Amino acid sequence: MTFPLFLQHLTNALSLGSLYALIAIGYTMVYGILRLINFAHGDVFMLGSYLAFYGVAVFMLPWWGAVIFAVLVTALFGIGLERVAYRPLRDSPRISVMISAIGASFLIENLAVVIFGGRPKGFPVPALLSQVVHLGEVSSQVVSLVIPVFTFAILAILLWIVHRTKTGMAMRAVSTDIDAARLMAVDVNKIVSFTFGVGSLLAALGGVLWSFKYPNLTPLMGVMPGLKCFIAAVIGGIGSIGGAVLGGFLLGFIELMTIAFLPELSGYRDAFAFILLIIVLLVKPTGLLGKRQAEKV
Amino acid sequence: MPKLESSKAAPVDGKKETMLKTDKVSMRFGGLTAVSDLEIEIRKNEIVGLIGPNGAGKTTAFNCITGMYRPTEGKVLFGGKDITGLKPHSITALGVARTFQNIRLFREMNVLENVMVGCHLGINTGFIAATLHLPGYLKREKEAKDFSMELLKAVGLDNEAAERGVSLPYGKQRRLEIARALATRPKMLLLDEPAAGMNPQESIELMGFIRDIRDRFDLSIFLIEHHMQVVMGICERMYVLDYGVTIAHGGPEAIKKNPKVIEAYLGVE
Amino acid sequence: MDKKHNRIYSLAALAALAILLVVADLLFDNFTRRVFNLCAIYIVLALSLNLVNGFTGLFSLGHAGFMAVGAYTCALLTMSPDKKAMNFFLEPMVPWLANVQVPFVVGIIAAGLMAAFFGFLIGAPALRLRDDYLAIATLGFAEIIRVIITNAQTITNGAQGIKGLPEFSTTWVVWICAGLTALFMAFLMKSSYGRALKAIRDDEIAAEAMGVNVFRTKVVSFTISSFFAGVGGALLGHMITTIDPKMFTFMLTFSILLIVVLGGIGSISGSIIASIVVTILMEALRFLDGPMNLIVFKTEGMPGFRMVIFSLMLMLVVIFRQRGLMGNRELTWERLSEGIRASGLLPRDRAGGGTAGSAGQGKADRGQAGRGKEGRDA
Repeated sequence: MTFPLFLQHLTNALSLGSLYALIAIGYTMVYGILRLINFAHGDVFMLGSYLAFYGVAVFMLPWWGAVIFAVLVTALFGIGLERVAYRPLRDSPRISVMISAIGASFLIENLAVVIFGGRPKGFPVPALLSQVVHLGEVSSQVVSLVIPVFTFAILAILLWIVHRTKTGMAMRAVSTDIDAARLMAVDVNKIVSFTFGVGSLLAALGGVLWSFKYPNLTPLMGVMPGLKCFIAAVIGGIGSIGGAVLGGFLLGFIELMTIAFLPELSGYRDAFAFILLIIVLLVKPTGLLGKRQAEKV
Repeated sequence: MPKLESSKAAPVDGKKETMLKTDKVSMRFGGLTAVSDLEIEIRKNEIVGLIGPNGAGKTTAFNCITGMYRPTEGKVLFGGKDITGLKPHSITALGVARTFQNIRLFREMNVLENVMVGCHLGINTGFIAATLHLPGYLKREKEAKDFSMELLKAVGLDNEAAERGVSLPYGKQRRLEIARALATRPKMLLLDEPAAGMNPQESIELMGFIRDIRDRFDLSIFLIEHHMQVVMGICERMYVLDYGVTIAHGGPEAIKKNPKVIEAYLGVE
Repeated sequence: MDKKHNRIYSLAALAALAILLVVADLLFDNFTRRVFNLCAIYIVLALSLNLVNGFTGLFSLGHAGFMAVGAYTCALLTMSPDKKAMNFFLEPMVPWLANVQVPFVVGIIAAGLMAAFFGFLIGAPALRLRDDYLAIATLGFAEIIRVIITNAQTITNGAQGIKGLPEFSTTWVVWICAGLTALFMAFLMKSSYGRALKAIRDDEIAAEAMGVNVFRTKVVSFTISSFFAGVGGALLGHMITTIDPKMFTFMLTFSILLIVVLGGIGSISGSIIASIVVTILMEALRFLDGPMNLIVFKTEGMPGFRMVIFSLMLMLVVIFRQRGLMGNRELTWERLSEGIRASGLLPRDRAGGGTAGSAGQGKADRGQAGRGKEGRDA
């Protein structure tokens, strides 16, 4: 393993980690507010990619226009999803909501197969991003460098929203105690919608960025990343945005660096996330940055 | 106020066997100390009360005793045996049963089934024998059923055996919970606010009922209660908790006059 | 309705089923028979999932993993060495497996035991977790199993899968297995153990306080469920005659979950009915994937549309009728006859079958009598 090669792997790991982080945030925000694992989140990610694709291929938008279009529509879709599949079940046992989430996920995936077709599509990556830059002996695509930078920028904005605005405070209130928040005149429905909107927006961004780097679109492309990102959120501490980011980067690093050093394990790549999950759940179930939640008897 | 029958009440002079004893039990949740240095002792066949304003840590104390929480400090001894930190089902097996402040009945089961869950410990045949309905299992199941019906009769619910547990009126649900706890054949019963939501008539009946089961099933009873009439009426002595600290301990007359107790409940002038 | 009537009806139904099996075996064409037998296999799978998710109130999503373990175990043990050699052309099989061949009965029991073993292994750590975490952990384990199978080339033939499994899953075999599973579940749930499971589902904390060793009981329930999942997987493998890791994805678990939810979480008869209905529907609706001509709406074939409909069904059920078909009640002869009487198909019966009568005790002791056919929620 030469140093330049190592740096290359590192850059890739950083990119992958950023993408995982972006998607993991959506999971953790929704879980924090509704205690719900939004199984359909990974499919929202997929939707973002496809919409961007259609934006360019069918609507002939310039690539940045397509991205904006995809992200906004997906955010709206996320809000609609919550309205239809989760809100009616808000007072039902958690199993029902989870089943609805799984159902929604499958519905979206199969609708995608029907509407978009099952054959993989090639994402039109803008030339500026697919260019390869050379820094000394390390060569990497522009996009691999752009992704982490972009992610951190988004993260900064998100943290500002959560900690410095009234809406963000309302989000944190609902996260901590939904009934108390209601009593404090917080419009819980609006906050939930907002959370889903932001989460889906981030997922769509993640999807688009993902497709810039891995330009192969299939209807089921969100399944594995979705699962892994949820695991990342759990590892970092579900309910905590910082935890989701930490978990995302950790997972991305472990996944790519392990394969970099032990390429014979690349077949087991997908299992790493799950193994990591099991370990964390056994040792510190609340995750690295998570807090204990006791139940009052 | 009905006259308290003191025939079973032993003078607090240490002559009767100690059932439950806590040794400086403290329970902390992060920065919050819910219970500190709890030292209580309950002797055989006593009815002892645990009172205090809301949030004083009474249910937390129960939870520490019954294994739901592991005390941060201190020891819990039952019949001389150290039961600190044992799992709840083990503690129940040793003879300590409880009811809950918020009535936790089994929602989908009928009255009889609710009580029969309490018999599960007694049946104890392993799932293979149970599934195959082997004769040994069938015999124990029948015994359990008979015992459960007997308990239901004792609490006056035998006519509602087939009704869904949670469809009963509140007062009956409480009695059902007690019957269920009794099904575990406890030596000691912890009752968490058994009189909550009862009208005066029901409370008086409850008092007689508690004394009754104490005598009939040879129990020792530790109860949390806010209903002063009940507490003063049946408790031979009581502990008073405020913010987790034991501020008083004694018989009804002494407690009623204790200035610290009055202050805790009513606040300082 | 008394015990004697129940017994008579149950025996009659059993006889009718036996006749149906004979007819199916002899007269059905291959395709119909296959669908018919698939129903039985899904009964086994649905009942096993219902034990954990319905009766014990846990949320396990790892069923496909245990099915895979069962299917592979049985296949590898019952195939002839020649067939195995033919399959393992990329890399030869490990010698200690290559030459083993046992009869099907042994194979299927081994399948169940192996799956149960994995269930125990996975349950012991995973069942300490809260429900949503349990879901993800079990899902994770199922995926890990799949990845291992895909990579253990010398044991499982990896991604190529195994072809040419002997067709042991005949009509009688699968339906007897289904019957035994149903019987087992009914007996288990009627026992004190079943009560303990339901107590855990209803209120874990209260159950523990009443002396139920909640953790140990959960593990037992999970292990038993895995056993039957393994059996179901083996039956499935030996009916389809090929198995590969891609068969045992979360989609499969989802299909079974769909059946359990539709039939009513916590109802044995519900799971049985739903298994049959959904299996038949899945086949009957295959046309949705092909070209359709609905006059206003012509398509050239939309593969995946079938699953769209099913996903929609699941969501509609879970949103509007959470209890599914039977809720957590059972279908007893009493309910059935009341339902028939109520619908006016038969004249009112003088004997006045149970309204608040004795608990209907069919041959398999199918739970309690209530008021009305479809578990009306009290």
